[in-house]
Parts: sequence; C-alpha cells; structure tokens
Amino acid sequence: MSTTMKDRIALPPQGAQRTNMTCHFCIVGCGYHVYKWDANTEGGRPANQNALGIDFTRQVPPMAITMTKAMTNTITDPGGKRWNIMIMPDKACTVNSGLSSTRGGKMASYMYTSDGIGRERLKSPRMFRGDQWLDTSWTQALAIYAGLTKKILDNDGPNGVLFDCFDHGGAGGGFENTWATGKLMFSAIQTPMVRIHNRPAYNSECHATREMGVGELNNSYEDAQLADCIIATGCNPYETQSNYFLNHWMPNLSGGTVDKKKKWFPGDSVAAARVIVVDPRRSATVGICEQIAGKDNVLHLDIEPGSDTALFNTLLTYVVDQGWHDKDFIGKHTKNFDEAMKLNRMSLEDGAKATGLPVASIRQAAEWAYKPKASGHRPRTFHPYEKGIIWGNDNYVIQSALVSLVLATHNVGRRGTGVCRMGGHQEGYTRPPYPGDKKIYIDQEVIQGRGLMYTLWGTNPFQTTLNAEQHRLVLHRRANIVNEAVARARGASTEQLIEVIYDACKNKGGLFVAAMNLYPTTIAEESHLMLPAAHPGEMNLTSMNGERRLRLSERFMDPPGAAKPDCLIAADIANTLKALYLKDGKADMARRFEGFDWKTEEDAFNDGFRRAGRPGAPPIDSQGGDTGYLATYELLRKAGNNGVQLPIREFKDGKLHGTEILYADYKFDTRDGRAEFKPAPWNGLPQPVAAQKAKHKFWINAGRSNEVWQTAYHDQYNSLVRDRIPLAYLEMNPKDSKQLGVSPGDVIEIWNDHGSTYAMAYPMKALKPGQTFMLFGYVKGVHGDLVTPWVDRNVIPYYKGTWASIQRVGNMDEWQRTISYKNKRFA
Amino acid sequence: MDDLKLSRRIFLRSSGHAAAAVGTVGATLVSGQAQAASAAGGTAITLNYPKQGVGKAADMPVNRAVSFTYPDASAPCVAIRMGASVPGGVGPNQDIVAYSILCTHMGCPFQYDTASKVFKCGCHFSMFDAEHAGQMVCGQATEDLPRVLLEYDARTDAVRAVGVDGLIYGRQANVL
Repeated sequence: MSTTMKDRIALPPQGAQRTNMTCHFCIVGCGYHVYKWDANTEGGRPANQNALGIDFTRQVPPMAITMTKAMTNTITDPGGKRWNIMIMPDKACTVNSGLSSTRGGKMASYMYTSDGIGRERLKSPRMFRGDQWLDTSWTQALAIYAGLTKKILDNDGPNGVLFDCFDHGGAGGGFENTWATGKLMFSAIQTPMVRIHNRPAYNSECHATREMGVGELNNSYEDAQLADCIIATGCNPYETQSNYFLNHWMPNLSGGTVDKKKKWFPGDSVAAARVIVVDPRRSATVGICEQIAGKDNVLHLDIEPGSDTALFNTLLTYVVDQGWHDKDFIGKHTKNFDEAMKLNRMSLEDGAKATGLPVASIRQAAEWAYKPKASGHRPRTFHPYEKGIIWGNDNYVIQSALVSLVLATHNVGRRGTGVCRMGGHQEGYTRPPYPGDKKIYIDQEVIQGRGLMYTLWGTNPFQTTLNAEQHRLVLHRRANIVNEAVARARGASTEQLIEVIYDACKNKGGLFVAAMNLYPTTIAEESHLMLPAAHPGEMNLTSMNGERRLRLSERFMDPPGAAKPDCLIAADIANTLKALYLKDGKADMARRFEGFDWKTEEDAFNDGFRRAGRPGAPPIDSQGGDTGYLATYELLRKAGNNGVQLPIREFKDGKLHGTEILYADYKFDTRDGRAEFKPAPWNGLPQPVAAQKAKHKFWINAGRSNEVWQTAYHDQYNSLVRDRIPLAYLEMNPKDSKQLGVSPGDVIEIWNDHGSTYAMAYPMKALKPGQTFMLFGYVKGVHGDLVTPWVDRNVIPYYKGTWASIQRVGNMDEWQRTISYKNKRFA
Repeated sequence: MDDLKLSRRIFLRSSGHAAAAVGTVGATLVSGQAQAASAAGGTAITLNYPKQGVGKAADMPVNRAVSFTYPDASAPCVAIRMGASVPGGVGPNQDIVAYSILCTHMGCPFQYDTASKVFKCGCHFSMFDAEHAGQMVCGQATEDLPRVLLEYDARTDAVRAVGVDGLIYGRQANVL
C-alpha cells in the first residue's frame, strides 16, 4: 500500500531505474515515468541527490511538479525484495507536458501490493464450487475452459461459444491483447458470437464517419491549439480527457497560441479560439471554458436531448444558404453533396423548434464556426464529439449529419480542424477479420437462452450494458443452473465435470460463464471460472491515443501470483485446445489453434501488429495499417513517451516517422478517395424511448466522472473515491429534489418500465429542472438497468435516451456527515 | 505564544489566470509573519512540527480566511471559523479549521469562495470543501487538502497549529 506516513514520501535516488509508462486509463494517454529503487534507500533533498533533479531543500514553486502520496508505492518482487516506486508525469511528453490527472496520478497506488488498494487482485485462477470461489491451478482451469470449448465446438459448432471482449488500448487492452484474443475468437474458435466491451454486438462506434471516408481520429492534439473555433458535441473533456483539455484546448482559449497561429498560418486573421459546447447539460467543461475564454467567447447550445441531428442539419442548411461552404473542395474531393442536401435541409425555424434553441443562437454558432474570417480565409473549426453522439439518438444518423456539415465546410485534413471522437479508452485494435456478415445482438441471444458458454474478457456487462436488469436476471438464472449441477458433481474428474457442465448448458438451459480480469468485480456474482490477468507495468503493452500516438508501456514488475497478460492467457487456451485435438486425432482442428507458441507479449505484438503489410500475410484489421511492421519494441522503447503517430510513414535516421493529420492529401478512405456526404434526415426519438419519455418525468442522462475510471475496478478500493461515492450519484435540480422531499445524500430509487436502481441524490443548480445526470457504469447503482433495449441499425445502444421516475428511499446520516455535496461546477 | 498576532489575510484574486494568482500570493508570502520551523529530524516517521499560535477564536471573523504560514514561512495556510460545527473543527463551537492553501495538484494558491465555502484553484480548476475536511469536490488532484491540525485552549481562547495531516505541495516532507 502507499506509505502510511501522510506527511512525507521517499524520493527516488539518482540512478533509480526509470521506464516509460503511458497512463493506463483514458484515451489521452499521458506520458509518465516509473522510478523504481531499493525500498531501503531514498534520494536526498538537494537537486543533485534525487532522480527528479528538483531541489526539495526549499518549497518547490507552483506548477513545477505534481508529486503526491498517490504517486508512490512499495512493491515486493517474487524473491521477497521490496522496491519503492514513483510514477511521475513526463514533462517532455507532448501529450501532457508534465500534467497529471486525478486518474493517472493514482497509477502507482493501483499497482499490486498485498495490503494496498490492489489487494483484491486475482492471483490465481478460481473456480466457483458450492457457495465459494476457490483458488485452483492453471492446469485445471485451462483443462475445464478448453475442454468445454472443445465439447461445444465438436457438438454444436462455434455459435455456442459466446464472448464479450475488450477491443481497446490501455489497461485491459493493448495491441498484444486484442490480437491474441481476436486470433483465438476469430481464427481459432471462429465464433461470430462476440460483443465488444461496452456494446451488445461486434460493431464500431463510428460506422457512419468511416463509411463517409473519414476515420474518427484524424487530427493531432496540437490542432486544438490552432483552431479558430471548437464546436464540441456531447463531450466533457475537462472531466474525461482532462490533460488534452488543459494542455491543448486551454492555451488556445486563453490566447496563448496566437503567436503560433500567426507563424503557422501567415495572412490568416487569428485570435484566441471561441468554443461552442453542444450539450443539454451545463457540464464542468462549459463553466471552465467561460472561466478561461470569457463568457463572450463561449456559446453553450443546450439542445433538447436527442436533437443533435436537427442542429447539424440546420447549420448545414444555413451555411450553404449563406454560401459559406467550400464549393471547390466539395466538387473535387467529395460526392453525394446534392443528395444529402435534399434530405438534410432544415430551416432555422424548424431547427430551433426541434432543438429548443433560439434562432439567434444557431445563427451565432454558424457565424463563429463557418463564416469566413476578416482575412477572407475559411475558419479552422475543430469538431470533437463523444458519447453524446456515440450513445445518442441514432449514432449512425447523427454522425452522418455532423460529418456532412464538416465536409461542406472543409473542416478535416487542414491544420486546426478535424472531426474526431474524443474517445474513452485508448485504442489498440489489431485482429483478424470478424467471421460473420451481420451484427448479432449478443445480449438478446443470452436473454433468449442461446449460447452454451460465455466468456467476459476484461469487460463487465453487469455495470455497462443496456437493458442491464433483464440481462443480469437471465444470466443469474442460467448461471445458477450450472452451479447446481456442479455442486452435485462431487468427486468428479475434470472430464466428468466438463460433461456435467455441458449437460447443464445444453439440456437444462444453463450458461457457463468465465471471466478474465484483474479483479473478481461484480461479474463474479454470476460466473464460474475466473482467470487472473495483468495490466501495464506488469507486462509490456502498446496502445495508441486519440491522435494515433503509439507508445510502449514498459514492464517494471511482475503480475501478482500466477496472473499473466491476456495475450498469454489466450495462447494457453489455444495451446491447450490444440493438444486436446491432437490427442483426439483431429489434425485439421488442431491446425486452427496453431500459431500461439509465444513466450512473451512481444511475441504476440510481432505476430499481430507487425503482420499487416508483410508480403504474403493475410489481411487483418489493424490500426497500425500496412506499415505497422516497421514498429518494434526496441524502436518504441527508444521513441519513449512521444512514440510515433500512426500510420508510420517511414523508418529513417534510426527512428520512426509518423503522420500528424489524416487527409491532408485529400485521399479519403473510400474506394475512389472521395469523401461521401450521407443523407441524415431529422429522425425524432425512437418509439421505445419516446414511450418512456411520455410516461416518466425525468431525463436520466448518464456519463463519466472525473474521479472515477470506468467501472471503478480499482477505484472501488480507493477511499478517496469510494468514501465519496458509496453509490452512483444522481445530480438533479434543487427544485426537483425539494419537490420530491429529497436532501443531498439521500438514497433515491429511479425506475421505469425496464428496470430500477438506487442512487445517491446530489442536488445541483447546473441541472435543468426535469433533467438529471447519473454516474455511468458504477459498481453500485447501475444506470444501464434503466436503458431501453433499443439499438440503431448497427446495434449501437441509445444509453442517453433514458427517462424514468424518481422517489425518495431514505437518508444516510453517515453520507450526509462525511460527503461534500458542494456545487461541482467551477463557474 | 499567546501574544502572536493574526497574520494578515490573504485575499486571493478571483481571476482564473494562474500566473496572476500565483504572483499575488507569492508577494503575500514574502511579507507573511511566519514562525520559523524548529529544527526537525528529517528521517523520523513523525515529523517534528512546531507549535504555533494562530489567534484567538473570538477574534476570528466567521467565514473569513485568516492567513498564516505553517510549519514554516514558505507554507501558506488559512484558518477559517466556519460558523457551525464541522468535522475536525476546534474552538468553542468546533468550527475552526485550517488548511494549506497550495493545491495538492500543482501547488497553485487557492482563492477561498466565501459563498460556497470552497477553495478554488485557478490553474487547473480543482475545488476543495472547507466544511468537509478539505475533500476534493472536483478536480485533478489525487489528495484532499492537507489539514493543519489545531489545538484549542479554552482558558486563553487560543488556537494553535500543532501539525499537518497530508503532504503539502512541493515538499518531500512537510517540515523542511
């Protein structure tokens, strides 16, 4: 655990081991250094006596460092030797320039120690027997997992084997691990019955923009420093991409990059950027933008929930009617403009009616973002977006409307522009092609009793899926059928146990649930087998961030106990299956499980990420593209926390050279290279969502909080988070809470036709009456219980389309005494 | 110790511009009446904090940040009489608390917002609740505010600083 001395910490001495670490958590991927040294030593206070080179004999001035207790820990290696570690932000990393967020700043605390925050980590495989989780060997765990998989493959085919698997970078992901799991699921087992970690099918969150020829990560973070205007939709970067906002947006909003703009764009009129935030909620980002840029330079378009498409279509219509679109670019480099204009056209008045905005606000947004500047140049407008669109009212339609507006105004492929998702996790996708031709709604397959075996790989659908209550109830019932059968199989051999499990699944409606994870997490409530995984620092791991920056996080310690990287777990499973098939004399099936003879995660990286583009290699889907093979661990280690931006252009002068922005060459990702406009007529709310809205008073918006990472898999053990958020909070307008008789900290029930859950009331003026905001994906209080099963054409949920009723349940003296319910908005 | 005067108050600028706020406070610190730290054994687990008068409870205006430095001249702190009992509060009404005013994230000095009773950092917008033991309300820090541990002598009405719970920004140890 972190030092128990709260008023001092140990400094790394000069000569302490220093390795690179990209933050485990959000998409931004801030660069950090890990210092590791003998626990019995420490550096001195004089600058020349510590590895940080900072003089601690006197008070260090503001803004010089972030160095807190949470950034330290004392770990023990397998030989029993103790080491101090300190994980510090890297000032030379262009992503964060030495800034540390409240999430990344806690990485050291989360590294495993037997008595620390990570003490509940899985250290060995576990089986659920009787009413307990019991540790078991890898040999038995793999024999059961692989044996059951083989049994199902042989008797029922791959469609009986279901997966819910991560597809991202950072902790619980990475190119090594997405490749290994993808190769196991898609090439070896060959099942199409797979969903991705936060959505119920194997799909992208960005189908429309990709079909239009515009990949969703097309600029550099530096472009946010160069934009004339930022029109941010459904994103809250102060809280969820903190250092991207603080290190790149803030300098532009405050005018700190005007000189840079003058230098880069001679002749252009330049000034501090103005920002337009499209969000029904006055998020933390809105107030902070006002604080930085002044209220006159911030426009908050607080649209009616779900009306984004109407706004973009209205802006597009107005821009075209004013003649502000880029006719030359549209003519030479795009297609379908006229078709889209026919269907997307929407008057200012109709747009105002649909969005609830004044006409003047829409007009003002259009003028800020698209009206030619005094110098005659087209403004450079950056269009970031995230879950407001991705989990919005028809992901496909909104993206089509947004990217059409961006194409009409040529706000992609130029410096200072871009139309980019902000992102959640880092990215790290490299997999063989998905072995199916349609998107399968896996949650519904589970609910309808299909599938025999379900592996939850680094995911948690209990906390993060839609229609979650029904999904969990069915899983509970089906898992319990297996539990009861296993309980009766006293003294069974592994082979007999497999027969018992298979029978329970095949003939009695059961479902065998396995989970690979760092922790038991809430999925342990309904699973049967857990396999212990590792995270960055315990393994070498590569990921790319939201500007496609590929970095290697270096291993500096061992995983706890017998835990191992996901890629090597996948390899163990494949190799066990191969051996079973060879024993069975089925050479053809054994061949499907070949190619996993890896000793390290680097072997998985070389086999996957470095495969694309090599002569004779079959096609794979990889964010590294055809030049991924140029990257090696050795070169990435050398490239440090600045890494290289994908795609790699060349290897020259001993280093990798990457790509700062996409489409500067006007070659879009369509067959003919022309970007494609897409019709996106305003659609209104989907019927199941409209039905809930008609019946229930409150809009239950949901999203992330600054302090909580993802499902709180670490944070639930950290008092800084857990004691403050014992139950997911629900922010609501004080007038609403008064009417409901609800005080700050009260427990409230939120329910609708799909489910019910509890939350902790957090009244706050920033919320409009009738609108609330609930912490998403939390360990206690699951917003997904209230989300309708409706999905768009690509099986993307509409998490934000949730309406429900609220009632007071009771008060919690302890919470009211110890938890702050102050306004979370800075301004 | 009873004859120590209240240090002069720090009125931080409400500006969100970090450099301006830092400059203002920096100037204040130099002129602050600080009690120099006593010699400390730098390697002990429990640091050797000085005992230092902060003022008399009766003299402390309600909800006004009274500045002092602790445990040495370069560590700006404020004491606040909140007006109602709060966790960790001392004094006749158990309502007096004191904190380091350097943000635990990157050390920028706070402004104290009397309306919300929250410390606000203009550099990266972290906020801490003066009424809830310095709990972070929202922000980029990984630690709540370091609390100056106070003692109250009912006989003399004196409030004294006796230690700090939590690491002050920019230090390897709270006692230099």
